[in-house]
Amino acid sequence: MRLTPLMRRRLANFRANKRGYWSLLIFGVAFFVSLFAEFIANDRPILVRYDGAFFMPIFQNYPEATFGGDLPVDAKYDDNGVGPLIREKGWMLWPPVRFSYATLVTNLGRPAPSPPTWQNPLGTDDQARDVLARLLYGFRISVLFGFLLTILGSAIGIAAGAVQGYFGGLTDLLFQRFLEIWSSMPILFLLIILASFIQPGFWNLLGIMLLFGWMGLVGLVRAEFLRGRNFDYVRAARALGVSNVRMMFRHMLPNAMVSSLTFLPFILAGSVTLLTALDFLGFGLPPGSASLGELLLQGKNNLTTPRLAFIGFMVIAVALSLLVFIGEAVRDAFDPRKLPS
Amino acid sequence: MSGEPLLKVKDLKKYFAVRGGVLSRIVDHVHAVDGVSLEVAQGETLGVVGESGCGKSTTGRCILRLIEPTSGEIWFQGQDVRQMGGEQLRALRRDMQIIFQDPYASLNPRLTVGGIIGEALQIHKLAKNNKEIEDRVVELLETVGLRPEYMHRFPHEFSGGQRQRIGIARALAVEPKLIVCDEPVSALDVSVQAQVINLLEDLQEKFGLTYLFIAHDLSVVEHISDRVAVMYLGRVVEIATAKDLYANPRHPYTEALLSAVPIPDPKAKRKRIVLQGDVPNPIRPPPGCHFHTRCPIAEARCAKDVPELKQTGQGHWVSCHLRS
Repeated sequence: MRLTPLMRRRLANFRANKRGYWSLLIFGVAFFVSLFAEFIANDRPILVRYDGAFFMPIFQNYPEATFGGDLPVDAKYDDNGVGPLIREKGWMLWPPVRFSYATLVTNLGRPAPSPPTWQNPLGTDDQARDVLARLLYGFRISVLFGFLLTILGSAIGIAAGAVQGYFGGLTDLLFQRFLEIWSSMPILFLLIILASFIQPGFWNLLGIMLLFGWMGLVGLVRAEFLRGRNFDYVRAARALGVSNVRMMFRHMLPNAMVSSLTFLPFILAGSVTLLTALDFLGFGLPPGSASLGELLLQGKNNLTTPRLAFIGFMVIAVALSLLVFIGEAVRDAFDPRKLPS
Repeated sequence: MSGEPLLKVKDLKKYFAVRGGVLSRIVDHVHAVDGVSLEVAQGETLGVVGESGCGKSTTGRCILRLIEPTSGEIWFQGQDVRQMGGEQLRALRRDMQIIFQDPYASLNPRLTVGGIIGEALQIHKLAKNNKEIEDRVVELLETVGLRPEYMHRFPHEFSGGQRQRIGIARALAVEPKLIVCDEPVSALDVSVQAQVINLLEDLQEKFGLTYLFIAHDLSVVEHISDRVAVMYLGRVVEIATAKDLYANPRHPYTEALLSAVPIPDPKAKRKRIVLQGDVPNPIRPPPGCHFHTRCPIAEARCAKDVPELKQTGQGHWVSCHLRS
């Protein structure tokens, strides 16, 4: 893609905002690392050498019998499972953290939640699960959820705003009234009601939130399109007989995208917060899944262990701050009044 | 004028609703165009002059169906433009084009010049493939006096005059018969104005174009037009050949308008007619003749009866009770 001078200036503006630039780098690296959480925190080795053959337990389940055990059930690789058997005839390459988000740490020797040790750098939670592993997986699912909700919601919102602003008149009027009714639905109560007869998994939770979360950009895009349809070049395109769809996408959407883009990091931050809040209240992801909100809830339930609440709070606060800093830098980058410095 | 005119406008009206109140009900109408009738013959240039807000541009846009007229008839090549829809309207877009006043606003800043001009070709399938589109764009750029390599540049890299040429090339791409020029030179420097006017005249000769030339600059209109229509507050008050109108204005408004044109001779003496008052509010235009509130020769009946356009000489039409 050839960069226009305008885009180049915006990139320069973005880089000039050091805080936003570094926030993007840090957030990007953290998110990228969390995408490979299975290789960093897992209760299975990445690679097993046993009896002259290689095994990759991360991708595949092997029965205990494969490694000289007695039972045909899936192997456990710790010292209570097939660990000692494998070490006799080969070796194992472990991830840095030897626990997955759901692994119960059995060798604590004290009641959970336990304080940090070399084995559990951030300690364990009240069900004896490793906090670092849960943070890693929780961060990943929160951000992925946020991204999906933001992208899908924005796509729907932009399309809806575009149709309203472009056609105007009665379409616009009816759509606006519908939005007013729809946006006044109390999403939290609906979720509580829905949670009583639907098991809220990742996807249907996303679906439910999407039902009510797409309205953020509608007003903005609608306003941009209402403005845009009176531009002379849009009139010229109409005089040429350009079709409605083509007009919206080719001539008007690029203008509306500039202002929409500046909102995206803030919407992402909002989506992450929303999921965290729901998890905290117990109406979010199914019980047992790693999530930042669930960690906060544990902090509330174990006030004698302030570490849990503190860790959860720090991760959320830092992640949201980074997103807001990125958002500010994007906003600055698209500000036409700001010259490259 | 012989035979069927290319464009015929009859009693065209466009009222814009003024909304107000809690329920944003229609409380009033702006009478932007209030019964305009025009005829434009194949190959001629009809100039339309009048002060700001008199409905010139609205008339042009109604003819192109960029704005839906409130009532009236528009006939183009014997076809009723107002009844057209879908495919017919798309076909009409090939025959009628528009050039806008502001060359900065009329080009999409995110498309290259090639993209802007090429879009017209794509939509009307005037070229089979990208190679043909490119060839045609090069040809069009050369026609309007721009270098072919400009096709890869963006509008902001050009001056006002160059941008206006790009706008003209876009209009020419579909090989139209009629071009509505909506104040095409008003936003340009005088020296560039002359270049663009000359270009428009050359193109007219070369492609047999018909122009509806909307402007407020009387000397430009005199130069380029075969016939001139003078508009005041949504109505045509006088139509005549350019020579006739400028030498022998009949309507008192035309007289006043012409007396405001500067003459490039400091010693020249002439009677300057200064109109009293302002243009009335088009939401409530005065009854009878719209001009009677400022007319130096108005009589009692001017405030009651609407004057009709009447022929007073060879092709000279005036709408005035006293002068026709």
